[in-house]
Amino acid sequence: MNSRIDGAFRLREGPLIVPCVVAGDPSFPESLQISRELVDAGADMLEIVMPFSDPVADGPVIQQAGSRARSAGMTTDRLFDLVREVRAETGIPLLVMTYANIVIRRGIRKFYRDAADAGADGVVVADVPLEEADPFCAAARMAGIDPILFVSQTTSPERREQILAKAGGFIYLVAALGVTGTREDLSPQSIDLLKVVKERTSLPVVPGFGISTPEHVRRYTHAGADGVIVGSALIRMIGDRGSSGSGPGNRIGDLVRAMKLAARGG
Amino acid sequence: MRSTARFGEYGGQFVPESLMYALNELEEAYRTIIPSDEFREEMKYYLTEYAGRPTPLTFCRNLSADLNCRIYLKREDLLHSGAHKLNNALGQALLAKCMGKQRIIAETGAGQHGVATAIAGAALGLPVEVYMGEEDIRRQSLNVARMHMLGAKVIAVASGSRTLKDAINEALRDWVTNVQDTHYLIGSVVGPHPFPSLVREFQTVIGNEIREQVMAKEGRLPDAMVACVGGGSNAIGMFAPFLDDPVELWGAEAGGEGLAGRHGATLCGGTPGVLHGSYTYLIQDAFGQILESHSISAGLDYPGVGPEHSFLHDTRRVIYRPVTDAEAVDSFLYLSRTEGIIPALESAHAVGLARQIAGGRGPDDILIINLSGRGDKDVAQVAGLMGGNP
Repeated sequence: MNSRIDGAFRLREGPLIVPCVVAGDPSFPESLQISRELVDAGADMLEIVMPFSDPVADGPVIQQAGSRARSAGMTTDRLFDLVREVRAETGIPLLVMTYANIVIRRGIRKFYRDAADAGADGVVVADVPLEEADPFCAAARMAGIDPILFVSQTTSPERREQILAKAGGFIYLVAALGVTGTREDLSPQSIDLLKVVKERTSLPVVPGFGISTPEHVRRYTHAGADGVIVGSALIRMIGDRGSSGSGPGNRIGDLVRAMKLAARGG
Repeated sequence: MRSTARFGEYGGQFVPESLMYALNELEEAYRTIIPSDEFREEMKYYLTEYAGRPTPLTFCRNLSADLNCRIYLKREDLLHSGAHKLNNALGQALLAKCMGKQRIIAETGAGQHGVATAIAGAALGLPVEVYMGEEDIRRQSLNVARMHMLGAKVIAVASGSRTLKDAINEALRDWVTNVQDTHYLIGSVVGPHPFPSLVREFQTVIGNEIREQVMAKEGRLPDAMVACVGGGSNAIGMFAPFLDDPVELWGAEAGGEGLAGRHGATLCGGTPGVLHGSYTYLIQDAFGQILESHSISAGLDYPGVGPEHSFLHDTRRVIYRPVTDAEAVDSFLYLSRTEGIIPALESAHAVGLARQIAGGRGPDDILIINLSGRGDKDVAQVAGLMGGNP
């Protein structure tokens, strides 16, 4: 497939920095502004998280961001509005990350069609493993969207091969056992897993979960990662801002810039 | 033994990839360990010597006279721990031990499953940690104290509605983090495959005993059976051996304030979607966000339901009806005063539905109610509702 995601990986100078923003956190216009800050700071791809009431793969930071967004009126309709507005301003690939029920409730095919119409390039569904992936992958391909699947440290070699055969866009490597959230140390097993998966597929391999510092980015870069996904470390800054309103934009931008530098060997 | 990933279109395995390892491992254990003679012998010991099975099937003279048909109660309230939850907790804890797991986690709503898991952990020498919503800790303090006495750690859950749904979320998050050495001992026929089948396997002892007991006492199958349905494990356990027989099956859901208000009647008032790993009926909004359920009984206060119930609802094999908070409290007192048996508020919903469907039956009709638990834990709550003036 000649997608925007393929293009970004083909033309990359270092691993892609993929920051996350929670749609509607703390409000729709502010999440649009945060998306701009991330793009301006050099994001190579942007992951837009559609909150779900019961996000079992997420730690407290993204849970709380999702609650803030839902309290401020975030819905799936507004998600696609946000994707459309971000798409109007940038040519980088946009991913939508959410949970199965958000997709199923809209209708699987309609969700992917709406995502494509709004300008999204990939969809990641946190609670859809290989066993349930077929209708999601089929709807994605029909809409011209990349179906992004996960490989984890607990994935058996047989499953891994099946996942690699079915996935599109890139492989989302679950870099830490557990839920999303910042971590001080990076798991050595995830480095080993990255190397193994790289050997087995021509798809780009992108670790996510717990990647919090430029040092983490440096380590995955050395191990051959094609990109890194950074969520909680950025989203935490939105929550920390509090009511004083002292702009999180710069701090978020600073972290993205520092990670970018790390990815280019700086 | 039946083990399918789907009940019609319901069920499945909607979990993060990291958990598939544990679900596959559990399914393998389900297939190989449970049918073994060794496991069956151990289970038999724990259920009979330790837990007190079989539980009686009590013919209720006063209730029968009042409702004008032959009413029996299946007395899970007399099981050690005071509720049917122990059947499943012992089974899964024993399985976890055979699998070499070092630690057990569980969620609890009313606290009955937490207590049952704490008991099973103590009996089998496995450390237990129980996730429980802050709201439930407040309304079920007796069971919190029991878990502490039994050596379990109770972890308060402050996210979301701070009830059963959120306790399951936290337990799943713990499991995905500690998946290699921990068994998640889920308390109902909910969650991803193989849990709905596994929990049914351990609860079917209820229905199997009923079958033997009613044949011995009456020489025939009952005309109707009633159980309450939150997640639905006592109901599945009662119904499973009768699904192919000409027996009416009725499920009492938490009608709360009525279906127009706040409730927990997932099948009567919900729509299908995915929660806690399986495709099933849910209480949700137009965009798929899960809504807060409400019930006077913590054990039925859940916006989902076991996927097999969704299938039995669609096929109309089981008829589900909402029973309101007020009707449940009324039946709590009714059974207490008519028969001298204080039911759990959950089970009082089944009594409430039985009273509704008893009308118009002949005096020889046999109706069995699953009295899934005893009401000691609810006495303070109901006394409070009566304002000290019963």
